Amino acid sequence: MILLTLDWAFIIEKLILIAIVVSASLVIAMYATYAERKVAAVMQDRRGPNRAGPFGLLQPLADGMKLFFKEEIIPNSSNKFLFIMGPALAMLTAMMTSAVVPWGNKLEIFGTTVSLQIADINIGILYVFGVVSLGVYGIMIGGWASNNKFSLLAALRGASQVISYELAMGLSLIALLMMTGSLSLKTIVEEQMKGGWGGILGWNIWYQPLGFLIFFVCAMAECNRAPFDLPEAESELNMGYHQEYSSMKLGFYLFSEYINMFISCAIITTLFFGGYDMPFIDESSMSVNMAALIGIVAFMAKIFFFIFVFMWIRWTLPRFRYDQLMNLGWKGLIPLALANMLITGAVILARQGF
Amino acid sequence: MQALTNRVKVVDRKPMTFGEKIYLPAVFKGMSITFSHMFRKKPTINYPEQRRQFSPVFRGLHVLNRDEEGRERCTACGLCAVACPAEAITMEAAERKDGEEHLYREEKYAARYEINMLRCIFCGLCEEACPKDAIYLSETFTPSNYSRKKLVYAKEDLLIPNVLTEADDLAKARGL
Repeated sequence: MILLTLDWAFIIEKLILIAIVVSASLVIAMYATYAERKVAAVMQDRRGPNRAGPFGLLQPLADGMKLFFKEEIIPNSSNKFLFIMGPALAMLTAMMTSAVVPWGNKLEIFGTTVSLQIADINIGILYVFGVVSLGVYGIMIGGWASNNKFSLLAALRGASQVISYELAMGLSLIALLMMTGSLSLKTIVEEQMKGGWGGILGWNIWYQPLGFLIFFVCAMAECNRAPFDLPEAESELNMGYHQEYSSMKLGFYLFSEYINMFISCAIITTLFFGGYDMPFIDESSMSVNMAALIGIVAFMAKIFFFIFVFMWIRWTLPRFRYDQLMNLGWKGLIPLALANMLITGAVILARQGF
Repeated sequence: MQALTNRVKVVDRKPMTFGEKIYLPAVFKGMSITFSHMFRKKPTINYPEQRRQFSPVFRGLHVLNRDEEGRERCTACGLCAVACPAEAITMEAAERKDGEEHLYREEKYAARYEINMLRCIFCGLCEEACPKDAIYLSETFTPSNYSRKKLVYAKEDLLIPNVLTEADDLAKARGL
């Protein structure tokens, strides 16, 4: 009978947390589309959406409504099951990554301590890598099931790009993991909070600048964002792997991309910029709830900054040519990541006195 | 070979240096350019709320003029239709009857007067050709429409409001 006694409070707590995280990332992804258009506009001396609601703030709702009301077309020659599975998988994997991100330290509600992380698993980073590499199946299946040569080409591009950049991404992280000695994202954040000068000096960016750069470039490639948006190159492939999609299935693809961007910014922040660590504020001297609140605010501010940088880069750089993409990935980033790993290892050994 | 002009630029085909190969200096330069654009003044005019000033020589939608007693000036002489390079103007003349002196200024008038706004190129030659000061190009432009037929403007669409009977409309049309 012991097997059947479930800790209902625990399950409810986690379910609520999941609901909050999922809906928050959906809303943020929604407004990321708005932010993207505004950022694009100001960088091109335009105004951007300003008709729907004050400052055009209802524009994402209008876009979503439009996508919902559009006719849903499933091509006759497509593989119907996989055709529906594609966007579903893309969306699912995009949402799943958020499970291991520590959004804050912990809250105290009605005497119980609630951790602001859905699951603090000790292989957090590996989980992220696993789910992210599943994400390419969404693109691959969608492009293949469309039974359209352009979609298939785009899907192939997407798959090869993600695989090539995942390697460099993983290698760049190994150096970081050697330093912290843990795969759990929560531990990595807590390690960083210990540093001097208000906590800033503990951030991994100071120890792993090259690793950060490689990780950042790879994250952009994994998100299929410009300048790595080859799977969606309109001028070469009509529209990309979602060419045959319409209505909300297309919406899910586009949306999952923005969620991916949000989550990858969250992971960059967690790994290199101290996660929910607010610099110059001593969290331990405050009440638990206040500290958690400040932590969430700091975390979100850092994430939004990186989302802005992602957009900034997108509206600055032209798309890579395919050979340039592969050269950069295999001949540029992977050797750099390996060198970074070796140097980090040597330094760690030297500090231990061989 | 001697260059034909002094604007020739020789393409540089040297292999990229290490600094160019890692792209980063160029990337940061580009990013600083786009960032500086965020603070530029935007040239956009928010159209329905703000309008651009028309130049004094702007040639917009035609109007058919009336004289100070509210009588149509057009005598259907056809000079505008002859002058029109796009052949957008057609008209039918009619003779003024007794008791219509308050409607038409002279003995002959245009019973039908149509301008096809889809053909019109707004060159203003009709305005120049008119001996009776009857047709003018105003400062409004043609509104869009769903049907081609509705863009053939009849006399009623072109005539300005009567100064005696529709003084309010005239003032409004003049933007007073």
